[in-house]
Amino acid sequence: MPAATPTPVPFQRFLDAHRDLVWRYLAGMVGAVDADDCFQETFLAALRAYPELRPGSNERAWVLTIAHRKALDHLRGRGRRAVPTDTVPDVPHHDPPPGEDAIWVRVRALPPKQRAALTLRYAGDLTHAEVALALGTSEEAARRSAHEGLKTLRAQEAAR
Amino acid sequence: MTRPDDEDFPVPAPTLDRSAAAAAAARFAASAAASGAADLAYAQIDSPVGRLVAAATPVGLVTLSYEDFRGGLDAVLEELAAKVSPRIVAAPARLEQTRRELDEYFAGRRTHFDVPLDWSLSRDFTRRILQATAEIPFGATATYGAMATAAGNARASRAAGRALGSNPIPIIVPCHRVIGTSGRLTGYTGGIERKIKLLEIEGISLG
Repeated sequence: MPAATPTPVPFQRFLDAHRDLVWRYLAGMVGAVDADDCFQETFLAALRAYPELRPGSNERAWVLTIAHRKALDHLRGRGRRAVPTDTVPDVPHHDPPPGEDAIWVRVRALPPKQRAALTLRYAGDLTHAEVALALGTSEEAARRSAHEGLKTLRAQEAAR
Repeated sequence: MTRPDDEDFPVPAPTLDRSAAAAAAARFAASAAASGAADLAYAQIDSPVGRLVAAATPVGLVTLSYEDFRGGLDAVLEELAAKVSPRIVAAPARLEQTRRELDEYFAGRRTHFDVPLDWSLSRDFTRRILQATAEIPFGATATYGAMATAAGNARASRAAGRALGSNPIPIIVPCHRVIGTSGRLTGYTGGIERKIKLLEIEGISLG
């Protein structure tokens, strides 16, 4: 097979390679309960756009960009459905759902940019450069968002 | 160079429930195949002539490959991705009719196949040869010359042999029933032993 014309990778192999990463990212962003809906939408969008994915592209950053968009859509939708209350706790104090780490419940309470940067960096295991690619921002901005998020988490930790 | 934000607050990765991710992926593949968002669905099917890889488009079964003879599952999928579409997912439910009919055939309870076929991988003369071959009844044989005649070119028996050698849907399009004049067995897509075995299953002995 000539190297000049790389054969496309069957989508099932792409799904196998990235499903754990996408699941982990979405569980970090929207929680394990809602992760499945976002997972289905993410891979459906990826399947539709798949023939346009150039061989040699950063597949992880590409699929996480899609997952990130789906997670934000989901969070916006949930925001619209939410019932306003008088008392807004600074720090969410409810117990994490079974199987979820308490720290990620607090990560999900951060502003969207910080939440996304931390989740991509630590749940998606992306480098800051890849986080920037997935968020469509500069690497410096991605670093800054992650840094701000960590600062807030550290402050919360110290106040406990 | 270590940036402070890289190291000094190690956020643990969320607990990864691998089985949940795997189940979500399987649900995705099944629904993508059912809705037609995926162009191809595939499944591995075990049979007395070895493991097969079946693949279907929304039109019907487009290939049935002898997995070992075609270089393994990945090679089969890569060939399909190049020839048909890279939008291919594992969806055994979409291949259930094929699996059931093959099981019945190998158990001696089925003599013709009803599963819809997609002929798009063969063209012109080759397709006419294969479609004529699909009409050869269970337990009967025909010669390459007869197939060439059926496809409209009586003198093209050599070309008929080549067309049958490229049969993308063996067993179900029964190219094993096409033999040389005076019963001579020539090549088979999957190896000559498999051709003998399939003919034996159908009660044809070429001793």
